[in-house]
Amino acid sequence: MKRLSALVKLQLSLCAVLLLAFAAQLQAEPAQRIVSVGGSVTEIVYALGQQHRLVARDTTSNHPAEAGDLPDVGYLRRLSPEGVLSVNPDLILAEDGAGPPETMDLLEQSQIRVVTVPMGFDRDAVTAKIETVAAALGVPEKGAELTARVSAEIDRAAGRDLTGRKVLFVLAMQGGRIMAGGTDTAADGIIALAGATNAASGFEGYKLLTDEAILTAAPDVILVMESRGERAISDETLLAHPGLAATPAGQSGAILRMDGMLLLGFSVRTGQAVTELAAGLDGLGS
Amino acid sequence: MVTQIAASPLAGDRSRAARRLGYVLVGLLGLTCIAGLAVGAAGTSLWSALADLAVGRELALRDKVVLWDIRVPRVLMGMLVGAALAVSGAVLQGLFRNPLADPGIVGVSAGASLGAVIAIVLGGALPLAAAMGAWIVPVFAFLGAWGATMTLYRIATRAGRTSVATMLLAGIALTALTMALTGLIVYVADDAQLRDFTFWNMGSLAGATWGKLAVAVPLILLPLAASGLLARGLNGLALGEAAAGHMGIPVQRLKGAAILIVAAATGAAVSIGGGIGFVGIVVPHLLRLATGPDHRFLLPNAALLGAAMLLLADLVSRTIIAPAELPIGIITAIIGGPFFLFILLRQRGIVDL
Repeated sequence: MKRLSALVKLQLSLCAVLLLAFAAQLQAEPAQRIVSVGGSVTEIVYALGQQHRLVARDTTSNHPAEAGDLPDVGYLRRLSPEGVLSVNPDLILAEDGAGPPETMDLLEQSQIRVVTVPMGFDRDAVTAKIETVAAALGVPEKGAELTARVSAEIDRAAGRDLTGRKVLFVLAMQGGRIMAGGTDTAADGIIALAGATNAASGFEGYKLLTDEAILTAAPDVILVMESRGERAISDETLLAHPGLAATPAGQSGAILRMDGMLLLGFSVRTGQAVTELAAGLDGLGS
Repeated sequence: MVTQIAASPLAGDRSRAARRLGYVLVGLLGLTCIAGLAVGAAGTSLWSALADLAVGRELALRDKVVLWDIRVPRVLMGMLVGAALAVSGAVLQGLFRNPLADPGIVGVSAGASLGAVIAIVLGGALPLAAAMGAWIVPVFAFLGAWGATMTLYRIATRAGRTSVATMLLAGIALTALTMALTGLIVYVADDAQLRDFTFWNMGSLAGATWGKLAVAVPLILLPLAASGLLARGLNGLALGEAAAGHMGIPVQRLKGAAILIVAAATGAAVSIGGGIGFVGIVVPHLLRLATGPDHRFLLPNAALLGAAMLLLADLVSRTIIAPAELPIGIITAIIGGPFFLFILLRQRGIVDL
């Protein structure tokens, strides 16, 4: 009798331990229905091999191409609360600045975990992004691996010294005027990583430049985004611009084109972007 | 036969038709309300939720949020904004005796844009910014709309008399000035702020919350109710200011009241809904074509039709590219424009105030 009850006790306690373990497992059950908001975040999710857990993405998530097959919840600063809820997510990975705040409040109210991924335009920002995403996805080992690989790539690529090579990043041409990237932009960050100098450094953000400001900036190379369709800025348009034509870059026709998301995404492909940019700068003139 | 003649003593009296149209519009608004609550990107069903509530079952949290915190405030907000824009348009067209008048003409839209862009771009540096939080854009849009309209009213009022012609011309000048200031601030804006401002200009009801609704309800409902008192005066004004004065209509008080009503109602509507165009022009004109220009029926019918139209537009806005959302201002213009042209061309020649 005594032995029996001891056995029962043992069984009971075993059961309890098992149940507890099971409950803990449930608690830590990683999210399986994820909405990825922001192109750089989506790239990281794919690089971590976790794309099977994505149920939707935002408009800016266009790389890799498969991401385009996911439902689009809209532009990252204009998310619709019901639209996001309609894909029934259990985790939202969002670049810093995703909104509007009303939507974010409602998502929190419906007890959906929202993880904000910090933004920035240097090597540390890229590793911080990857670590945040990997932690939220519950794959820290894969995250550490990816962080090591990406930062090694960036370090290897950023080894060059192209100081003095002045690069002007042209975001768009509006009515014949040049919109260029000043300090505190992704363009400025990637130019710095490539070891070159941003020619337009007297202002913050993307601004329209006057012809005189372009002449003063005197870029050696013009950097533009390669985009599909009619929004692409052609070489002829750039070189026909009176301000640009008179600069060293205009004289030698030194125009470098790179994919926008690769160049400005500050994500897993930033090492590749720096390599391509530095190689391009090296190859062009001098 | 005889009774029919007695019932409509004037040839062309369309008041009975207008009253009947009013009932139809109440029905239409009811239907669009139900549709607005029942349809949405999320698969939440209004009916199963109601059934659950009827038997006292607790709703799932997500369904509760979708219905109670997203769809209900959004439908109420759509009704308020649509009614405010349509009634303001009708009042202004009556006041200016100009079929092109809409809230934009008294500087409301330009003022609201300026307020919004100041809040979006300079937001962090403004006093009280931290205290206002997410409220900063609607608050500044309202202040901008109200400020612009009041300035214009002061400019056009000399020795206690408001000149409608001066107001029209000064409105154009003030709008140009306001837009220049907006341009100045847009120039110093960064990329994200520009995007925010562009989207604000295209309008959306997505930001509808109970908090905003609590502020907007009195700001819109009071002027809408008061607009009913203007109806007879506006009818008299259609004959011209002097004639209206001889009929015993207090013309100056009427003008002042009309401007106040429009400034409060549209200011509030634009500040929470952003730039939603076309409702203020299309709705009153459709009603005038259908049942005539009598403001006693035009104003309440405009409120009903404006509300129903905006609810329908919002329904399209949140379902057509779900789970994303198309800005509602685009839809009101895309649907409203051709539809209005169609009506206009079919009944060419009878567009009149």
